[in-house]
Amino acid sequence: MTKYTDQGKKDTRSGFGAGMTELGRTNPNVVALCADLVGSLKIETFIDENPERFFQVGIAEANMMGIAAGLTIGGKIPFATTFANFATGRVYDQIRQSIAYSHKNVKICASHAGVTLGEDGATHQILEDIGLMKMLPGMTVINPCDFNQTKAATIAIAEHHGPVYLRFGRPKVANFTPVDQEFEIGKAVLLNEGTDVTIVATGHLVWEALLAAENLENQGISCEVINIHTIKPLDEKAILDSIGKTGCIVTAEEHNFLGGLGESVARTLALHQPTPQEFVATQDTFGESGTPDQLMEKYGLNNKAIEAAVLKVLKRK
Amino acid sequence: MATISELEELVVQVRRDILRMVHKVNSGHPGGSLGCTEFFVTLYNEVMDLKEGFDMDGHGEDVFFLSNGHISPVFYSVLARRGYFPLEELNTFRLINSRLQGHPTTHEGLPGIRVASGSLGQGMSVALGAALAKKLNKDNHLVYSLHGDGELQEGQNWEAIMFAAAHKVDNLIATVDRNGQQIDGPTEKVMPLGDVPEKFRAFGWDVLEIENGNDLGQVIEGLKEAKQRTGKGKPVCIVMTTMMGNGVDFMMHTHAWHGKAPNDEQLETALAQNPETLGDY
Repeated sequence: MTKYTDQGKKDTRSGFGAGMTELGRTNPNVVALCADLVGSLKIETFIDENPERFFQVGIAEANMMGIAAGLTIGGKIPFATTFANFATGRVYDQIRQSIAYSHKNVKICASHAGVTLGEDGATHQILEDIGLMKMLPGMTVINPCDFNQTKAATIAIAEHHGPVYLRFGRPKVANFTPVDQEFEIGKAVLLNEGTDVTIVATGHLVWEALLAAENLENQGISCEVINIHTIKPLDEKAILDSIGKTGCIVTAEEHNFLGGLGESVARTLALHQPTPQEFVATQDTFGESGTPDQLMEKYGLNNKAIEAAVLKVLKRK
Repeated sequence: MATISELEELVVQVRRDILRMVHKVNSGHPGGSLGCTEFFVTLYNEVMDLKEGFDMDGHGEDVFFLSNGHISPVFYSVLARRGYFPLEELNTFRLINSRLQGHPTTHEGLPGIRVASGSLGQGMSVALGAALAKKLNKDNHLVYSLHGDGELQEGQNWEAIMFAAAHKVDNLIATVDRNGQQIDGPTEKVMPLGDVPEKFRAFGWDVLEIENGNDLGQVIEGLKEAKQRTGKGKPVCIVMTTMMGNGVDFMMHTHAWHGKAPNDEQLETALAQNPETLGDY
């Protein structure tokens, strides 16, 4: 099995901040907006270096989305930033009319996605955002797995013309992907080749999938692990090629099982190659306060949950 | 520059366009459209600095955003008569496969439209973004927007109004169509807006009023005055009082024609009150 090394735990939101710093230096059309959460989004360096290209909108997310749409009309590439909950559900109609339906080149960049923002609890967590954004025609949905990949994704979406939802998180997680990686929107990354089961994971759950695969390998189960950083458009070929070898699949994501990666994968399988699938995801529930580790344990979002799902799906082959 | 009588002819012809468009498909919003005809005709033919052709970014020209998208008939008619797209296309209003959707959209690539509107309350934010982009691009042109008064009940406007003053967006002229009516009745009955000019002033805007937004002379003067007030550190607001259904006697003094089309007989009466000037499409 391919060995991945944690280069040191880092938060994906800091990967976003690092990507913004670089974009600030390399792309004069990139502008940023924030709704009173600059520190949480880690964009201080971008603001310090490009004060004229930053707009503080205050606690007014609807206005932020509209202003972002308007900035594109002058050729700017706006990155609208806040917590995932307020970046999607709170302003769904603004995104729908002024951004998606209007084909605007806005990058909606959302931190603190999922339950792992932790102690603030369910009002600040969101487990439905992937579903909300992927249902919008023309919206690209990206959920990178670690610091390095989030930085690469941030830089890549500036070059992509069209609305993008970029989702990342608060907790420090293993940083294991290459620092100089290429990020191709819509192209899954095969992390480990295997023959018994396919595990496709997104976001923080990719590292957990690798941990699970290592444990399973020790039990004689060969896992193919794929990092789906782009949920829409979905790399269907990568998934179908893999299940052609393994015959069963586990999807893993920090999101409700309704509307997330698992559901997109299930549709692909139903259309092309009906295959046993198990979902590692939250089970149509809100979150609660707790540490990230406690929440991942309680809501079944860690390597142990993935292992259990693999054992279950293998019996259905 | 057109003469007043040329603009007046255009106003009457646009009224005919509006009436015929909504009548043909038996749907659409004639009341607010007729109320804003003088404003649109003046804006697009006398006030805005426009370049030839259309591109989405609008570099080097003034741009306009219609926030209350349901008055699309007046917008489409004025755009077509300004040469943005063929006049005959007004025949396709609200029909299947048309670029003239019930509410304006960029989705079908209609020249002149820069953002979709219809879900109310979002236009001022978009106009602000475009105005900020002009400042970043060192483009000294202006951004205009139009908002229904009932639309001010949407909270997003007040987020935008607050932002505009705080960020000194002084290349924006936002106009409120104060016709006092909305679908369910008078605005002051449905949800009172109170003293709209004072509210904008309290939020730090420079406000001027057009007492009769259906008096072409007053509209021209008001828009030109607003233009003079830009570039002075404050966003500019025009509160313009209009009559819904203006120019058709039975459509005035009521909110009944907010979203209702005239039947054959009513159309004939309405058109008789607005005899053809520049030729029907």
